[in-house]
Amino acid sequence: MKVYLDNGATTKTAPEVVEAMMLYFTEQYGNASSLHTFGREAKDALDTARATIAKKLNATPEEIIFTSGGTESDNLAIKGIAYAHKDKGNHIITSKIEHPAVLSTCATLEKEGFKVTYLDVDKEGLIKPEQVKKAITDKTILVTIMHANNEIGTIEPIKEIGEICKIHKIFFHTDAVQSFTKVPLDVKMISVDLISLSGHKIHGPKGVGVLYVKKGTKLKKMSDGGGHEFRLRAGTENISGIVGFAKATEFVSEKDVRDVQKLRDKLMDGLLKIPHTQLNGSRKQRLSNNVNISFNYIEGESLLMSLDDRGIAVSTGSACSSHSLQPSHVLMALGLKPEIAHGSIRFTLSKYTTEDEIDFTIKTVKEVVEKLRQFSPLGR
Amino acid sequence: MYTEQVMQHFRNPKFLRKMNNPDAMGKVGNPTCGDIMHVFIKVGKNKQGKEIIEDISVQTFGCVAAVSSSDVLCELALGKTLEEAEKINRDDIIKELGDLPPVKKHCSVLAQEGLAKAIKEYREKKK
Repeated sequence: MKVYLDNGATTKTAPEVVEAMMLYFTEQYGNASSLHTFGREAKDALDTARATIAKKLNATPEEIIFTSGGTESDNLAIKGIAYAHKDKGNHIITSKIEHPAVLSTCATLEKEGFKVTYLDVDKEGLIKPEQVKKAITDKTILVTIMHANNEIGTIEPIKEIGEICKIHKIFFHTDAVQSFTKVPLDVKMISVDLISLSGHKIHGPKGVGVLYVKKGTKLKKMSDGGGHEFRLRAGTENISGIVGFAKATEFVSEKDVRDVQKLRDKLMDGLLKIPHTQLNGSRKQRLSNNVNISFNYIEGESLLMSLDDRGIAVSTGSACSSHSLQPSHVLMALGLKPEIAHGSIRFTLSKYTTEDEIDFTIKTVKEVVEKLRQFSPLGR
Repeated sequence: MYTEQVMQHFRNPKFLRKMNNPDAMGKVGNPTCGDIMHVFIKVGKNKQGKEIIEDISVQTFGCVAAVSSSDVLCELALGKTLEEAEKINRDDIIKELGDLPPVKKHCSVLAQEGLAKAIKEYREKKK
């Protein structure tokens, strides 16, 4: 049996999505900037896709900027605000558990003279809105806090954080790459200026993302070129990718989310029955498809590779699997001991995950953990 | 990323177990870096009366490279005189494994250090 439980890394592109994209490779391959029929067909496809994604956020099409993915969206949002508003201040507030796309961007800005506050999280990975409030100074121009964490699935209180930012007239950006289509996100309900989204996390294609930019928000563009994407992102539009992304947003229903959550709970409860395990992240404020568990006395990469041998694909926050040899910054921010962080495994489900796969995974993980614990000098 | 030899040792290690009543034991590594090894040895004598590694085993908390390095170390050390066993170095271990990814080469050093520590402890006990 082959079981893919690494949907937090990327997802299977839905066959319906691939089908929708094909036309724009082989027949309607025009450049959306061209005036002829081919070009107009491409432009129509672009406009329709923009409207579809706008609708999903309850935004207007003019607020949707297509990019190459989540990382570019984060860069454009954070640097775009920082550079455009540096006359107003040089202070940015973020958290210690952001995605590297946000943390690295902030680090670059620090080198350029910006000041960044990295908020702590509690042991479930939650940021308290009051922390944001306290960190605000008269130099603060931007708050960037993720909607849901990619490793532990914790959903942050972005509504409350957005309110605080609104009162203080500070831009608020959220990286919603992991939460999009899983947790409702309505820009009329939540006060947010910028949202990063990615296609390939939701059964869309790789290489396409979105930055939602609230009407009237001034951003500095990152690349020079033509006037594409409302002069914010130059370069010929990736029409097939954009069409695929839009198709994917229509693809996961509320029922799918609930069904995935049921399987998630089954997996979580099944794995936590293994002795000396612990759930990382919050049980309540958690993405519908994320399970992150530390298996004490064993190391994550060994567990990952043993599961891979048995057909199950997962990921780990262990240092040994990273090039830096540092354990996951997210797990360390939760206050986990390094050896517990090293033994963490992330299982991320999708609408394609079946109950049989979950049963097989629970059974296999039990066997493998038992085997690897026999090798280990720790515990007992 | 890993060679077939690495994966073979990882999948079916021959020396990954706890030893009862070892003559000496070498503990190396720390939980922060994610690798801990306990190397156990029993020392006997060969026909020439020289002290040899009569039995060896290891318990490893660590990645695939750490597990397979420690297994290979035991394989190389078994039956060798203490002096010969001390000379096993990381290159010998890496050679047996085909290769290790650059960031994982330190795992082979750890196994060697564990054995060196066990031999040292044995000699000190004997004094």
